[in-house]
Amino acid sequence: MKHSTFIWFFSPTALAMLLFIAFPIVSVLVQSVHAPHKAVLVEVETCTPLVGCTIETSIDQEATRAIREEKPIGRFIGLEIFSDRGHLAISEVSKIWSISENFNEFFTKLGNLPFYRAMAFTLTFTFIVTPLVVIVGFLIALNVNALHDRIKGVVVFFSLLPFVITPLIGALVLFWMIDSRGILGSAIQWIFADPNLSLKASTGLMWISLIVYGVWHAAPFAFVIFYAGLQTLPADQLEAAQIDGATRAQQVRYVVLPHLMPLVSFVALIQLMDNFRVFEPIVGFNASAHAQSLSWFIFNDLGGETRQLSSASATSVLTIIGVTILLLPVLRRTWRDFMEKAK
Amino acid sequence: MNKKILSIVGALSITAFSTAQACEIGARVSIVGNEFPAIQTVGAGAAACTGGEVSTNLTADHQKINVPGMQGNPAEYTSAIVANSSIVALMNEDVIRPLDSLVAKHGGDLQSSQLIKVNGKVMAVAFMANAQHLMYRKDVLADLGISVPKTYEEMLAAAEKIRSSGAMQNPVGGAYAAGWNLAQEFNNMFLGYGGSHFKAGSANPSVNSEAGVNTLNMMKALSEYMNPDFLTHDSNATNAEYRAGNIALLNMWGSRASSQTTAEGVTDAVKNGHAIAGPMTVGGGSTAASTLWWDGWTVAKNISDAEAEATFIAMMNGISPSMMSDENIRTQAVWLIDGYTPTDAAIGVFEAAKMGTTPYPMLPYMGLMHTALGAELADFMQGKETAEQALADVEAAYVAAAKEKGYLN
Repeated sequence: MKHSTFIWFFSPTALAMLLFIAFPIVSVLVQSVHAPHKAVLVEVETCTPLVGCTIETSIDQEATRAIREEKPIGRFIGLEIFSDRGHLAISEVSKIWSISENFNEFFTKLGNLPFYRAMAFTLTFTFIVTPLVVIVGFLIALNVNALHDRIKGVVVFFSLLPFVITPLIGALVLFWMIDSRGILGSAIQWIFADPNLSLKASTGLMWISLIVYGVWHAAPFAFVIFYAGLQTLPADQLEAAQIDGATRAQQVRYVVLPHLMPLVSFVALIQLMDNFRVFEPIVGFNASAHAQSLSWFIFNDLGGETRQLSSASATSVLTIIGVTILLLPVLRRTWRDFMEKAK
Repeated sequence: MNKKILSIVGALSITAFSTAQACEIGARVSIVGNEFPAIQTVGAGAAACTGGEVSTNLTADHQKINVPGMQGNPAEYTSAIVANSSIVALMNEDVIRPLDSLVAKHGGDLQSSQLIKVNGKVMAVAFMANAQHLMYRKDVLADLGISVPKTYEEMLAAAEKIRSSGAMQNPVGGAYAAGWNLAQEFNNMFLGYGGSHFKAGSANPSVNSEAGVNTLNMMKALSEYMNPDFLTHDSNATNAEYRAGNIALLNMWGSRASSQTTAEGVTDAVKNGHAIAGPMTVGGGSTAASTLWWDGWTVAKNISDAEAEATFIAMMNGISPSMMSDENIRTQAVWLIDGYTPTDAAIGVFEAAKMGTTPYPMLPYMGLMHTALGAELADFMQGKETAEQALADVEAAYVAAAKEKGYLN
């Protein structure tokens, strides 16, 4: 392709990427190093029903407006927000490090800081859900592919349903089922003969519920990709393997899997990204007492009565950095493959 | 079903009144607010005006959208229905206008107690009062010879009696969902123990105190008598438990009192046994372990004067004194509107006012404290850390947020 043709062909995409990816990232970066101006507070008389008039602290709007108009973006604070307790908590971590006598104590205390508590859950979720989604999706694809053509369509449709359902709705449905008065919740109480057993009251069980939800929701995505990949598997390769006396397991191990390997990388890549940003199930399961993620922090910062834009921006930047670190191995591998092909 | 009929009847009756009053407006009106029966009535009353388009967006998520929806110029929402907590965010961001001239021109029906004045300027018009107070099952208490609890200590004793009688396994209910609700229950109890959220005259926190520790210990003791899922139960879920007859004692919002027995699927036992009383005290204190609230409406700053005037007229129609002759509307809330005579559902809130219940603090940094409490108390409630540790975490989280927002250095 000629360079000029390529540029014309690519320019709409480049423009869209600039608008929808680059600019928001720049905006978030800028916001994360700025904070609102110092509040100018005044004591004023406040009158309310049933109580009467009292002296309360309020914001001096006139004075604040003058400061805001002078510098609308706020005050520059550098990396202060990144290092505060709500984010990397640098001074808190070093303090914990100096007073902890062993690693166990250090990690227990670290878990009390929001960012590290969220990372503990997010990483556990990501590294359990991602491989499970790949494995479950692959097994479904293999089995569906082996079905008779007549029922294949129906089975494919039903296997896809969890992925079609809006994530929040799917999470809510499961949430009500595992409620201590829901069908699964009461079944578990009955099985273990413990009326006080509750999935929602135990952090461990809640994590398991969230992980089960994560796999349930995303496995169909992996399945569709692998199923499409299976359709491109050359029949003669499989036949050759059969003639050589390969068992079904060996066929999968030595013929099917290598063929689908690029797709496995693709699914793993997307899943790593998605799972690191785990959010809907935490809201749907009302699980914030047990499990938090960076995305949930952003939601919480923006959803309170007083919005914390700078804090939310800093968390967004940390999310971008986290996703990049997670994807590095996969990206390196893709890059290596690309360079090898170019040779 | 009843609720639906109720709101339809309400809407119809308002339409009837407004035709009598002929509410005419000359510009667009757009209202954002919380979602419960009384606010729906106000919204329907405003929507009955003719001459300009009136749209309402009443949702439990109103706090997340009202500030962004009023920051633009022109603002999307011309009016936000707020409470003492949420008006602070609007004032902090300077998105609502003083109403003095509009009150002088169109505020004929208002009582002076309805005007929320900050620094001498009218910033909102209140139409109802609210407070959390005791709701209980008089049949269950009577069967066991328990008198109506006046303190949280008595509530604990009553809960133990009910549990040991075998009538109910978890007789206490409470909106203890991690987040806003849990923090609000802390606020109630903390004020009851005589605590104060901030050091006098400053934005420095002071929740890590004896009152704070006592508060958490009491909440923990109460939670032992709650459904084990209590950290996921908001007001709606708690009321569902009550209506299903699973709990006998709860601290609940007065604005929900009238719908406790009228919602769908309420058992007869609950319907006949439902009773309400004032808020309880705690720890031998005389201050109610509750907070006093008002709900009212504001007018946006970033809109034309014509839109502001139309909004004011429409909202005045939404809180018209003529509504007070409608029995169904009267039971929906403790109205602050002229001509309101209290119904049985209002006993709790009136009792709260009589007891001198502390109003929810209208401080610029209270929202940050509320958020910090909601996020950091769950660990203690699950028994993962001590009360002192949880309160130290709350203060640390609050200080980080208050520094960011420029309230602390």
